[in-house]
Amino acid sequence: MGFLSNTNGRESLNWTDILTYLYLTLGTLLMFGPVLWIVFSSFKTERELYTFPPRLLPYQQELVTVAGYDDPLPLFEVPQEDGSLVTLARVRRVGLEAQMVDPANPAEIISADNTTLIPIERVVFSLANYQEGIQSFAFARYFLNSVIVTVVATFLTLLVNSMAAFSLSKYQYRGRNTIFLVIIGTLMVPISVILVPAFLIITQIGWNNNLLGVIVPGAATPTGVFLLRQYMLTIPDELLDSARIDGASEWRIYSQIILPLAGPALAVLAIFSVMWRWNDFLWPKIVLTRSELFTLQVGLNAFQGDLQIQWHLVLAMTVLTILPITLVFAFLQRYITTGIATTGMK
Amino acid sequence: MGLPNNRSRTTNPFTAMSNLIDDFFRSIFEFIINVLDVVFTFLQNRIGIKGMAYFFVLPNLLIFGIFILTPMVLNFFYAFTGGDNILLDQRTYVGTQNLETLFTCENFLDPNSCREDLFIRAVGNTAVFVVVQVFWMILMSLITALILNRDIRGRGFFRSVFFYPVLLSPIVVGLMWRWILQENGILNSILLDIGLERISFLASASWARLWVVVISVWSLMGFYTLILLAGLQSIPADLYEAASMDGANEWRKFWNVTLPLLMPTMLVVVVLSTIRAVQVFDVVFAFTGGGPGTATQYIVQYIYTNGFASATRQFGLASAASLAMASVLIVFTLLQLRLRGTED
Repeated sequence: MGFLSNTNGRESLNWTDILTYLYLTLGTLLMFGPVLWIVFSSFKTERELYTFPPRLLPYQQELVTVAGYDDPLPLFEVPQEDGSLVTLARVRRVGLEAQMVDPANPAEIISADNTTLIPIERVVFSLANYQEGIQSFAFARYFLNSVIVTVVATFLTLLVNSMAAFSLSKYQYRGRNTIFLVIIGTLMVPISVILVPAFLIITQIGWNNNLLGVIVPGAATPTGVFLLRQYMLTIPDELLDSARIDGASEWRIYSQIILPLAGPALAVLAIFSVMWRWNDFLWPKIVLTRSELFTLQVGLNAFQGDLQIQWHLVLAMTVLTILPITLVFAFLQRYITTGIATTGMK
Repeated sequence: MGLPNNRSRTTNPFTAMSNLIDDFFRSIFEFIINVLDVVFTFLQNRIGIKGMAYFFVLPNLLIFGIFILTPMVLNFFYAFTGGDNILLDQRTYVGTQNLETLFTCENFLDPNSCREDLFIRAVGNTAVFVVVQVFWMILMSLITALILNRDIRGRGFFRSVFFYPVLLSPIVVGLMWRWILQENGILNSILLDIGLERISFLASASWARLWVVVISVWSLMGFYTLILLAGLQSIPADLYEAASMDGANEWRKFWNVTLPLLMPTMLVVVVLSTIRAVQVFDVVFAFTGGGPGTATQYIVQYIYTNGFASATRQFGLASAASLAMASVLIVFTLLQLRLRGTED
């Protein structure tokens, strides 16, 4: 039961160590496997996507241009009576029979049994799905909308919540505790609970079909206020007092003493905000009905919502959607995981 | 600025460049702060330091008041009025009719006997989902946190591995697993390879429900693992040493040291994951769309459908359902505050 405590020394590899690494290996496979499967699938041709059993790598049939035929023809290996294989291109199928042609000798049609043909394939990481997807799915538009929402909302969230947290942690005034309690009291009342009236207010302001309607309502987050306030409480008041003696205004104290010192907490809130906003779905879906305003998540969902789901395009667009956040994570993962662990809340 | 500092800043062109950009943004930032300082110093001279305290909290309170507090109050208004118009003055008072519609049942265990059977089904589905999902979420997160807390190589890497799916959007997670679990998907191919039968995962109610639990645990367990790991690492090592000296084995150390000291963190994780599970929606929306039939329809989907996706908008019913859900969430919130209170 050595894995239950953290006092295991590093002497020799015993069975608990083996179990540990087994678990970690399996975990890594399970966590990354599905994503990798999507990435590999996204490079496959539509035809390859529907072959069963599926293969890991994206295969494509070799094509050859033969004189006298407009379109490139698929290449096959055709078994001969003596057991050898001959490489031929298929012109057309007629029932079970296939009409083949030797690329070196295009004039003569050779007939073969279609069921015995072995397709000649090679691995191609084709970007065709991506190209087609970007054309039929306004990826750039949605991407831009998502970036605008995420960046502006995160900036606004940091500004508004840090100001409030500064006020709630560094001043004594009437109503301060009431304000704090009311904000904290709604910590767990998410926007999905107040959908209808929140939508009414957005409509009255005229912010439906406006990115502002997505950005502003979530900017005053109780989580942010709580997290920043707890952190700012640890900044000594003497710092503020000596700055005041030096003639600094309250605004200067906030922007040039409090903000830099609250950096780690601000970073955690920024990470949360980016995650929330980039991945948000329900609220943007309600506020935005015009497709040119869709964020990536709303667009992606609308894209797959058609009756016949076009997997080859959906897969490519899914990969593009997770690419930015994966890159950010790859570079910042240490800060993200330690930051969240140390604040230990959401 | 000292000389050694200056020299180190020009060592290579890339650093020099990034320092230049850094300085550029820094000076813009300082410029903005200085301009605002003129404005706000003037303001401070008029309203005083106390007034500035109110000024700092004001933007937050405005947004909060308009988009969270007001809707919370208005939600009651909607819940007690009828009609399909969203404008307040076009709605008529109907008393508790909406709530009655939601909760009129001959037998609560049989959704078919209910007036609004979809709602009762959604509540039932959500209740079962919350209990099962939270159980597995805690169990898997705890095991993973305990393993990551061991003396292992590459802890930082593995911590990130388990956290990675947390970053993926629910829509992406839903689509991804739908592709994996489809009739001709990779999982069915593996099942056939090991000699089992093919399973229509998304066409069977119980399989679909099971997979909703699996994918939501898969996508979120990394988050709770991190919190539990932080809790584990804050347990002082000398407690384990003392327990070893008293002759305790690993199992007893776990039961008598680790678990009791981890309890506060565990409770926070239970509450957080419960609150989150009650609101399950978007991942399922992309994964099964609520199907097959109504097997994976949960409360938020009921609210969404009635308020925003049905032919006649049943804002009253949607708000009444929100009210029911909010009261459950408030109970959990109070619980959470109590727990935090005892922690501090």
